Amino acid sequence: MAIRTDALQQQKDVKLSKEEIQRYSRHLIMPEVGLEGQLKLKRARVLMIGTGGLGAPLGLYLAAAGVGHLGLVDFDVVDSSNLQRQVTFTTQDVGKPKSEAAKARLSALNPSIEIEAYETRLTSDNALELFRDYDIIVDGTDNFPTRFLVNDACILLGKPNVYGSIFRFEGQATVFGYPDGPCYRCLYPEPPPPGLVPSCAEGGVLGVLPGIVGSIQAMETIKLILGAGDPLVGRLLLFDALAMRFRELKLKKNPDCPMCGKNRTITKLIDYEEFCGIRGEEAPVMTDGIAEITARELKARQDRGEKIFILDVREPHEYQICNLNGKLIPLGELPRRVNELDSSVEMVVHCRSGKRSADAIHFLQTAGFKKLLNLKGGVLAWADEVDPSMPKY
Amino acid sequence: MAVKVLIPTPLRQFTGKQPSIECNAATVGEALGSLTSSFSELRKHLFTDEGKIRSFVNVYLNDEDIRFLEKENTRTKDGDTISIVPSIAGGSIC
Repeated sequence: MAIRTDALQQQKDVKLSKEEIQRYSRHLIMPEVGLEGQLKLKRARVLMIGTGGLGAPLGLYLAAAGVGHLGLVDFDVVDSSNLQRQVTFTTQDVGKPKSEAAKARLSALNPSIEIEAYETRLTSDNALELFRDYDIIVDGTDNFPTRFLVNDACILLGKPNVYGSIFRFEGQATVFGYPDGPCYRCLYPEPPPPGLVPSCAEGGVLGVLPGIVGSIQAMETIKLILGAGDPLVGRLLLFDALAMRFRELKLKKNPDCPMCGKNRTITKLIDYEEFCGIRGEEAPVMTDGIAEITARELKARQDRGEKIFILDVREPHEYQICNLNGKLIPLGELPRRVNELDSSVEMVVHCRSGKRSADAIHFLQTAGFKKLLNLKGGVLAWADEVDPSMPKY
Repeated sequence: MAVKVLIPTPLRQFTGKQPSIECNAATVGEALGSLTSSFSELRKHLFTDEGKIRSFVNVYLNDEDIRFLEKENTRTKDGDTISIVPSIAGGSIC
């Protein structure tokens, strides 16, 4: 059942050096891998989409296992907030392109494998070209447009897609695009509209979680290469870290799937940002009809002695990190606590980056409030423009 | 029929943080109806304005996707577990 491609067939003369035999000896002494399996790993070509939280254990284990050709696609640079979970990177890597930093780390781990770093955003224009040279694609991204793009490109090219996804304490993993198996669109025909994607108040992820889910992806990738065991095809593995419970649900191929069904209607890559209702890199902030104030202007008015009422619509645990001494009413509690506010006084509303406060202002406007200002860029802008000692998160 | 509905992390904010809800229902649709009448904020996350289950949310009776059974009309029996499985993409924040 191993994934065999032309590229794989062409490299039948691949051998292991004495050093490699020593390095991979714990694989070689298992009959399920053996010399044959290790050569399959060496011939294999795996493309990782994303080198972040999921990509960290994936890259480390695939490189350590001796997967001979690894492609790393990532346009991002290492940020200090990545280090809590993206264990390929060190503090010294902050500011470097992720694909390059990951390549350096994985090359140091295993100098005998080939690693190609693609410092680019995966798009409908480059996906097919990038995927063509690889046997297996591993999806370790963090957004819906790229997930649909990876799925569709894999189906068009007939390549397996080792899928993993995380949210806070919960993970999902499966293998899509296997011959006769389901695809991502069989599971979820459409993405959630931006308004129903969990909001920033519910974001975040426990650092170990991508380590576990990415390791499952690494295991499935290696099993596909070896043709060993039962691949995670037609099964959706759910992991709840808080309950420490794994569950498995059946995943069926949808006969009416527009991508992989009998009467497919999607025959080429589309505009996935548009498909997901997103334009630009981030969900748009609805600022129509909202007056704004910059952090500098707010500070100047406070310095002139004006007493300005500040409403903070973040969560209590965010308020503990840093705050502007404002009144805290989390966005979700605003409807039932609106009577705590005085509509006759001017109010500056803020959150972390300005999005939730814009939503709060829209709500307050419908509740009859008029003297409302949105702090542009939220506490992040305050830290940048007014108080550099304030921590950013 | 006494059934248990498992609530995924992203939707627990609408169920007072409860990870599962027990209810009495003869069909999956009844169980979801009972759930959304107890927790009205959940409704727009599970159903479209026309009352159909949203396409980025899957509902399972035990380990079977109800889309391949009888959808909301799928009958339940005592001790069944209903899972709500929304699509998740990652942990990025805004």
